[in-house]
Amino acid sequence: MAKVLLEMKNITKTFPGVKALDNVNLKVEEGEIHALVGENGAGKSTLMNVLSGIYPYGTYEGDIVYNGEVCKFNKIKDSEEKGIVIIHQELALVPYMSIGENMFLGNEQGKKNAIDWDKTYAEADKYLRMVGLAESSKVLVKEIGTGKQQLVEIAKALAKNAKLLILDEPTSSLNETDSKALLDLMLEFKKQGMTMIIITHKLNEVAYVADKITVVRDGSTIETMDKRTTEISEDRIIQGMVGRELTNRFPKREGVKIGDVNMEVKDWTVYHPLYPERKVVDNVSMNVRKGEVVGIYGLMGAGRTELAMSIFGQSYGTGITGTLKLNGKEVTLKNPKEAIKNKLAYVTEDRKGNGLVLTNPIKINTTLANLESISSHKVIDKDKEYQVAEEYRQKLRTKCPSVEQNVGNLSGGNQQKVLLAKWMFTEPDVLILDEPTRGIDVGAKYEIYCIINDLVAAGKSVVMISSELPEVLGMSDRIYIMNAAKIVGELRAEDATQEIIMANILKSGKGE
Amino acid sequence: MEKMKITDSLKKYTMVIALILVIAFFYWSTEGKILYAQNINNLISQNAYVFVLATGMLLCILTGGNVDLSVGSIVCFVGGIGAVIMSKDMSPWLAVAVMLIAGLLVGMFQGFWIAYIKVPPFIATLAGMYAFRGLSNVVLQGYTVSVSNTTFLNVFGGGADCYVPNFLGGETLNMTCLAVGILIAVIFILLTVKSRIRKKTKGYATAPFAGEMIKTVLISAVIIWLAYKLANYKGIPSALVWIVVVLGAYAYITSKTTIGRYLYAVGGNEKATRLSGVNTKKVYFFAYANMGFLAGLAGILTIARATSAQPTYGQGYEMDAIAACFIGGASAYGGVGTVVGTVVGATLMGVINQGMSIMGMEANYQKVVKGLVLLIAIIFDVMSKKEKK
Repeated sequence: MAKVLLEMKNITKTFPGVKALDNVNLKVEEGEIHALVGENGAGKSTLMNVLSGIYPYGTYEGDIVYNGEVCKFNKIKDSEEKGIVIIHQELALVPYMSIGENMFLGNEQGKKNAIDWDKTYAEADKYLRMVGLAESSKVLVKEIGTGKQQLVEIAKALAKNAKLLILDEPTSSLNETDSKALLDLMLEFKKQGMTMIIITHKLNEVAYVADKITVVRDGSTIETMDKRTTEISEDRIIQGMVGRELTNRFPKREGVKIGDVNMEVKDWTVYHPLYPERKVVDNVSMNVRKGEVVGIYGLMGAGRTELAMSIFGQSYGTGITGTLKLNGKEVTLKNPKEAIKNKLAYVTEDRKGNGLVLTNPIKINTTLANLESISSHKVIDKDKEYQVAEEYRQKLRTKCPSVEQNVGNLSGGNQQKVLLAKWMFTEPDVLILDEPTRGIDVGAKYEIYCIINDLVAAGKSVVMISSELPEVLGMSDRIYIMNAAKIVGELRAEDATQEIIMANILKSGKGE
Repeated sequence: MEKMKITDSLKKYTMVIALILVIAFFYWSTEGKILYAQNINNLISQNAYVFVLATGMLLCILTGGNVDLSVGSIVCFVGGIGAVIMSKDMSPWLAVAVMLIAGLLVGMFQGFWIAYIKVPPFIATLAGMYAFRGLSNVVLQGYTVSVSNTTFLNVFGGGADCYVPNFLGGETLNMTCLAVGILIAVIFILLTVKSRIRKKTKGYATAPFAGEMIKTVLISAVIIWLAYKLANYKGIPSALVWIVVVLGAYAYITSKTTIGRYLYAVGGNEKATRLSGVNTKKVYFFAYANMGFLAGLAGILTIARATSAQPTYGQGYEMDAIAACFIGGASAYGGVGTVVGTVVGATLMGVINQGMSIMGMEANYQKVVKGLVLLIAIIFDVMSKKEKK
C-alpha cells in the first residue's frame, strides 16, 4: 500500500448558523488521483479551503496531517510552501498581463525590487512546455482561449513546486476536446508521481481519471470507493451524492404534441463586434416547432452563444444578415426589448455576468425583464411583484428563506431557477436556454429538465444550447450540430449517438 | 439567535447610531448649544444644497459608483444666470424657470456624452467642472451680483423672512410649525400601520412587531421634537420645505418606480439589465440629466441663502454631496444606497460642521476632521460587510 500523503481527520467547520463540514475524513495516498464528488453546497470547496489555509488553523476543528506532520496553515502561502496548490474553479488570471507575468504573480523571480524578467519568461516557458502549451510566455492571457488559460493555471501551480495539486472543477468552462486534453495531462502527471485531488460534477471524468472517489453529502463524507478494487457505476456515485436512486437522469416527456414551426432562422450571418471581418455565425438556418426541444451541440467557440444572442435583439455582433420568422411572421428585432415583446427569451449561459443582479433580491430579479406588467404609469405594484416572485419560487421549487433574499447568496442551481423564473415571467413562446445546467449539481439539473418539459408541454418551444453530450441526447427532440460558425449537421434524437455527433464535428473540422 | 438579530440591526443602523453619538458628543462639548433652536434652524438652511445635491448624486452613484464632479460649477453657473436675470428687474419666477431649465440642459448635455458616446462620467463631468466654472465667470463678468427680490428670497430661504407664514399664530411658539410636525408624524404612523395591515392580510412577511413599533415611535418622536424646536425659533424655514419635497419625491422614485428600479439594476449588473430589455443608455442619461436639474435647484437655494451670486460659489459642493452619499451607505461600485441613508449621511456631515464651528475650531482642522469622518465611515462599512461573509 502506498504512503498516505494527506489525511484530514474529523474536520468540522461551522459558519454562523450552519455546519458546513461535519466530521469529515479524507485520506489521499501518494501518487493517486482522488476525486471529490458531491452536490453543490455539499462542502467540497469548504473542505479544500480548510486544507489550503483560506480558513486558517483554529477556525475549524480536527487535524490536517500532511506528509506525516500535523499542519497548522494560517494563510494560502503556508500551504503552498508545503506544495499544496489549489486551482480554483474560476480562472484567476489577469487578462492584460502576459502568461509569464501571471504565472509568477506573487511569486516574482529575481530580487524584490528588481524582477528578473529573463528568468521569469524562461521559467514560464519551461512550465508551459510541461503542460503541452506551445505559446510564448510573453503572450497576453486575453489572447488565448479558456482551454489554454486553464493549462496556464496548471503551469502556474507547477511553478509553485506543487506536490499535491487540487483542481476545483477544472473543466467547467472547457469544451470536450480541451477537457479531454486536460484529463490526459492529469494522467500524465500521475505517471510522474504527482498526487491530485479533483473536484468535479462530471461523472464521466471521474470514471476516466480517478483512482479513488470520495462522496461528500451535506457536509459529511459518505463513502470512499477504490476504483482499482471495486467496480463503480455512475449510478452508484449519483446515489451516494443525492442520497437517493436516480433511476433516470432525464425525466421522460410523454404525449407532448409537436406543432407548427414557431421560430425560423434563415441564412443567418453574424460578424465579430471587434473584428468585423471575422464571421462568427456563417449562414445558419434552423427552426424550432411548438412543443419541441431542439438541442444545439457544439464545442466552445463554435458560435452557439453568438448565434443565440444575435437572434435575441442583436445583442451580439455586427453586420447581422438573414431572416428571422417568429410564429410565421418575419420580424426584425433591433434590441432585447423588441425580442421580449415578440415573445422570445434568451437565458444566458453566464448567469452571474449577464443574467442576474447579484446584489438584488430574488423578487427584483424575477420581475426585471417584465417590470411593465406589474406597474402602472411607471409605478411598481410591490404587492404584485411579491406575488409573482412567490408564485415562481413555488413553481420552480427554488430553495430560499424568502424571495427577499439576495440572489448572490443562493447556490448555483437556485440562481439558475431564479434566472429561468425571470424569463418565464416574460411569457415567451420561444426560449433559448444557453447551457442551462452549467455548474449545477445532479439534483438541480434534474429539476431544470423537468421545468423544460413543463415548458414544452405548455406548447412553448425550447432551444437548448449545451456542451454536455448526454444532456443534449437525453433532452432533445432534434439536434443541430454546430462547428466553426456553421451548422454541420441535423439529427433526430432517435438517430443520434455520441459517436455520430462527434464524427459530424470531426468531419467538418477537416474542411470537407 | 436573539443576539444575532441585535448585532444585525446594529449593523443596519450603524450610521444612525454614529449620528446620535456625534450629536451627543457635540451636545456635551458645546454645552448643549448644538441643539439650540436657532442652531438647528441654521443647520437645515445652511445644508439645504447638500441634501438636494446628494439626492441627485445618489442616482449617479447607483448606476455604478459614478459621480458627477461638475455640480459645484453648475450651481454657480445657474445661480449666476438667475441673479443676472433678477438684477434686470425681471420676474423671479422667470428666473426660477430659466435656472431649472438651464440646469436640466447642462445635465442633458453631459448625460448625452456619458450615456450615448460612452465618455467615462468622471472625465465628462470633470470637463464640465472646468467649463461651467469658466462660464459662471463669464455670466457674472467676474462680479458679485446681489439678489434682492424679496419674493424669491422668502420662497427659497434667504434674507430675514424666509419662513413659512404662521397662519395659526402663537406668540413664542409657532403653532403652524408644531401642527405641521404633528400632522406629518401622524401621517407617518398611519401609513406604517396601513402597510403592516395590508401585508398581514395578504400574508406577506412583516418585520418583527416590536422592532417596527419602536422604529415608528422613535421616528415620529424625532419629527415632533424637530417641529417643536423650530417652532421655538421662527418656524419652518422655507428651505426645509424644498428639502422635504425633493427627498420625498426621490425616495418615491428610487423605491417605487421602474426608472428607480433600473438605476439599481444597472449599477448591480449592467449587462444583465440590458439583456432584460432595459434601455441602459436611457438610465444613465436620466441619472445625469436629473443631476443637472437638481443642481439647478441647488443653485436657486444657494443664491437665495447668500442673497447674491459670486463666481466662486459652489466650490467643493460636489464633494460634500459625494461624501454624504458614501457616508450614508451607498456602494462605491453602484447598485446599493438609499435616499434615507443619504439624508443620514448629509445630516452627519452637517452636524459635524456645525458642532466644530460652535466649538470655534479652526477651519483647516475642520476639513481634516471631515476627511477622517468620511474615511472612518467607509472603513466601518467595508468591515461590517466583510464580517457578514
